[in-house]
Amino acid sequence: MRKSFGDPIAEDLRFVVKSIVGEENFIDMTPNRSNNYCCGGGGGFLQSGYKDERLEYGRLKDEQIQATGADYCIAGCHNCHAQIHELSEHYGGHYPVVHLWSMICLSLGILGPNEREYLGDDLKEVNVFHPETALM
Amino acid sequence: MTEKTIKLGKKKKNTFMDKVKEILPEGGNLNLCLTCGACSSGCPATGLENMDPRKFLRMAALGMDDELTSTPWVWMCTMCQRCIYVCPMKIDIPQLVYNARDTWPRETRPKGILGSCDMALKNESGSAMGTSPDDFTFVVEDVLEEYQEAQPEFKDMQAPIDKQGAEFFLNQNSREPVTEPDEMVPLWKILHLVGANWTYGSKGWGGENYCMFLAEDASWKHLVQQSTDQAHELGCKTFLNTE
Ligand code: SF4
Ligand code: SF4
Repeated sequence: MRKSFGDPIAEDLRFVVKSIVGEENFIDMTPNRSNNYCCGGGGGFLQSGYKDERLEYGRLKDEQIQATGADYCIAGCHNCHAQIHELSEHYGGHYPVVHLWSMICLSLGILGPNEREYLGDDLKEVNVFHPETALM
Repeated sequence: MTEKTIKLGKKKKNTFMDKVKEILPEGGNLNLCLTCGACSSGCPATGLENMDPRKFLRMAALGMDDELTSTPWVWMCTMCQRCIYVCPMKIDIPQLVYNARDTWPRETRPKGILGSCDMALKNESGSAMGTSPDDFTFVVEDVLEEYQEAQPEFKDMQAPIDKQGAEFFLNQNSREPVTEPDEMVPLWKILHLVGANWTYGSKGWGGENYCMFLAEDASWKHLVQQSTDQAHELGCKTFLNTE
């Protein structure tokens, strides 16, 4: 977001996220928007084999996220999702990292039982669409 | 702990930095560094391999080409461009890094990145996991059918592949079709609800591009071209990159 499209798109995204979770439940990290830090999942780092360095790179991002005290982190892309998910485990924050599409569908009440891989336990059972289709 | 004295390279006629300058617009401003350090202080890769962006640039300016083209740090800078954002002179350090990656003999580049690029070149999907167009089509159709039945509110939902004249051409990260296909569905639902006229392509559907990270221009271009050709072929107006 930050890199390719800059602040106007960052604002659009904030509008979407706030519409889903409610203004009062959105917590920005610092620094943010175009001044934010990369999580370390990009540029091929995830597949480069330099795992220790990648986690060290991501320490800054994990500290930023933990400082917000937020219960969930929404990631905008796959690389970020994989990296931040690992940071959350590695540094012990254990905050769930979710895709935006999951949150949009959850807020619309159309997120089925098998589409909740990354939701935390607190939301796993909330507002389940066709719960009878859950895979046992 | 003793620090090794840094030996300055002899003044070469055509250094690595000279070459990179030639190919960048405005020479990437590589000559304009004030050595202020703003880049390094906000770079998450600072300190890895005892390197940071300012140091990397200074070494380039000093013609220390052997060090620049051998340090593994170039695979640890994500080319996130934050250094450009904070730099008063808008110096393009990530382009310097990209071109340093390109100096590594192919077989010495990180195996994971190399392997993912090769996988993407294997067939017309452009998928870093090597998934074929047929396998992708099978998974998409199978998952769609399952959801149309299980969730009758979405019985008319579509996940078209090669739909002629669709407005949006959507690509797809291989992780979902290969390892967690249910995760494709929420996005389909959103597109269905807003009435978007969209399609995947059987060719060029893979969203990830590890050939770019490998710094292999020709292969990177091939993958992008494969996707955009397919989008044009189908008459799509907008390319939606989900990566
Ligand atoms: S921020 Fe720019 S001017 Fe300052 S040290 Fe880095 S490259 Fe040089
Ligand atoms: S592009 Fe590379 S050098 Fe610049 S801030 Fe990002 S990781 Fe650091």
